[in-house]
Amino acid sequence: MADGSIGLWTVPLAVLGGAIRVSTPFLFVSLGECITERAGRINLGLEGTLVVGAMSAYGISYLTGSPWLGVLAAGITGALLGALHAGICSLPRVNDVAVGIALMLFGTGLAFYLGKPLIEPTAPRLPAIDFGWWSDIPQVRAALRINVLFLIGVVLAPILYWAFRTTRWGLLIRTAGESSDAARAMGHSVLLIRLRATMAGGFLAGIGGSFLSLFYPGSWNEGLSSGQGITAVALVIFARWDPLLCLWASLAFGGAAALGPALQSVGITSGYHLFNAAPYILTLAIMIITCSPKRTLTGAPAELSITR
Amino acid sequence: MTTEAADSTDAVGTVAPAADPGFLQRHGGTIEYVLIPGAALVGALAVFGIFVAMFGKNPLDLYFYMYYGAFGTWFSWQNTLTRAAPLILTALCTALPAQLGMVIIGGEGALLIGALSATSAALALQGLPPLVVQIAMVCAGAIGGGLWIMLSGGLRQYRGVNETISSLLLVYIALAILNHLVEGLMRDPASLNKPSTREIGAANMIGSIPGTDVHWGLAFGLIAAIASYILIYHTVFGFAARVAGGNIRAAKIVGLGVDKLILTVCFLAGGAAGLAGMVEVAAVQGRTNANLAAGYGFTGILVAFLARQNPLAIIPVAILLGGISASGGLLQRRLGLPDASVLVLQGIIFVFVLASDALYGRIGFLKGKS
Repeated sequence: MADGSIGLWTVPLAVLGGAIRVSTPFLFVSLGECITERAGRINLGLEGTLVVGAMSAYGISYLTGSPWLGVLAAGITGALLGALHAGICSLPRVNDVAVGIALMLFGTGLAFYLGKPLIEPTAPRLPAIDFGWWSDIPQVRAALRINVLFLIGVVLAPILYWAFRTTRWGLLIRTAGESSDAARAMGHSVLLIRLRATMAGGFLAGIGGSFLSLFYPGSWNEGLSSGQGITAVALVIFARWDPLLCLWASLAFGGAAALGPALQSVGITSGYHLFNAAPYILTLAIMIITCSPKRTLTGAPAELSITR
Repeated sequence: MTTEAADSTDAVGTVAPAADPGFLQRHGGTIEYVLIPGAALVGALAVFGIFVAMFGKNPLDLYFYMYYGAFGTWFSWQNTLTRAAPLILTALCTALPAQLGMVIIGGEGALLIGALSATSAALALQGLPPLVVQIAMVCAGAIGGGLWIMLSGGLRQYRGVNETISSLLLVYIALAILNHLVEGLMRDPASLNKPSTREIGAANMIGSIPGTDVHWGLAFGLIAAIASYILIYHTVFGFAARVAGGNIRAAKIVGLGVDKLILTVCFLAGGAAGLAGMVEVAAVQGRTNANLAAGYGFTGILVAFLARQNPLAIIPVAILLGGISASGGLLQRRLGLPDASVLVLQGIIFVFVLASDALYGRIGFLKGKS
């Protein structure tokens, strides 16, 4: 034990550590998408937002030397992309799914274009809090080096759950998502509510992106995000638009995504790519199990185009 | 509405007094389908020019090099057409299911699976006459890609899984399968730096159209696009598909087999994208490796939307976007723009095209048709 060789226990430990480390972007994107979809609109462009967030966080952190300014910048650019999505969707006869696909391509292109000079330099990263100080085993300590953003996300999930249920804003968002006529009858602009909800969603997704470039994997390159954004959008569907379930689902996804690297670390390298695809296979499997053609999903906002 | 209609008759009188007064009444709709995407394209190019100008480049140089790199010389024309071929095929992967009201964005996945299937067929049939191998590659590529997208269609029809998300997830799964096989079971031990399958053999390559450097894949694309157009607009099957896309309940009431329609259309759509993968293997790469994930599947989505899901309109639009990506190299060399600038421009075009959907039926002088 003392020499650090804990054999196959490395795998579950690495999966646990991965669940905490890898889940953060899933968590932020899914919470953001949760807000947007509760207001009755789906934003598939969060995949692009994630990449733009990662790039701008890295750039600002490099230029200013402060990773937290980078996180803020990622949130702001995410909110701007959200505003663009909502702005185009508020035009008549424009399909929100298609706009999301467009912004996915646009965001990725923009991030690669502006991020070209950022591949070389090293930017200051976000610090981690060492929760594993009590243990002598390096793997345990590695698994418990937890980033503050993860903790913020964990706290945010119950806050959102509470806010959807009890606050005026939560009620307005839900009204816009369940019946735009009712919201209009109450004298509120549905387009404005959705604009704000999409911007809030983009803000959170941008922060999720900043985690990718500033903590784990912790650098900027063009292969940084491969589908985490879209996986998180799918995750909201089987989390039944419930922020608390989003938290558990994100943790499960983080664990699944950490499986490939964990197995590789103990020398199991065959099927590395297949294990890396585990989150996508898991998403698809869960969607197959939980969806049904005969009924709409429980908890689905009635105005949402993909569930109608 | 009535006042707008009155305006439009005035406008018809003032804009084209000498022409046949019924012309706009009859063709206003068609003109709209050319004019609005065209205007969106011009708008997107203008915004991209401003974007590039912010980085200190001259937008006029940009437009010149884009034109020159895409359509300026015979060489650039050939480059453009070579890139247009897979775009036509992947665009059909989005456009065909769109007739049924489905949004499929997984053409890239079907392309990869098609390439993998075609390569496997060619490697299994080594030594047979090239024509046999080529036909087997076409069939394997189309069937592999077809089944891949049919999976999305089936999941939607039988399990209610959203086809947009499932088809995109399948892209990442297809890429994982490709990497897994290329680095494992199907790896050519001689490929050290870039893991690849063995070559399909020079004799089995499909070659170029005589007198050009453009490979025969372009002909595949043209045939597939024209066949799709005839299928959708001039057959009972296509009519049934459009009925189901317009109103699924009406389609069920009149007794159309919606399940079968959806599965067949998804199979054909995936088959087209799978064929694109086969073409990339048999005309460009000669083998399967990660180079195949070059983004043709994603650009194909843009082509389909810009062509308003019309298979015939896909042909010129694919040539246009093939031209834009063909000019990327020149922009990189002459203006020092990063290779991602093509992606940025494509994204801007996509956004403009979707926003321009709001304009249909709202342009005064074209509203003679009612």
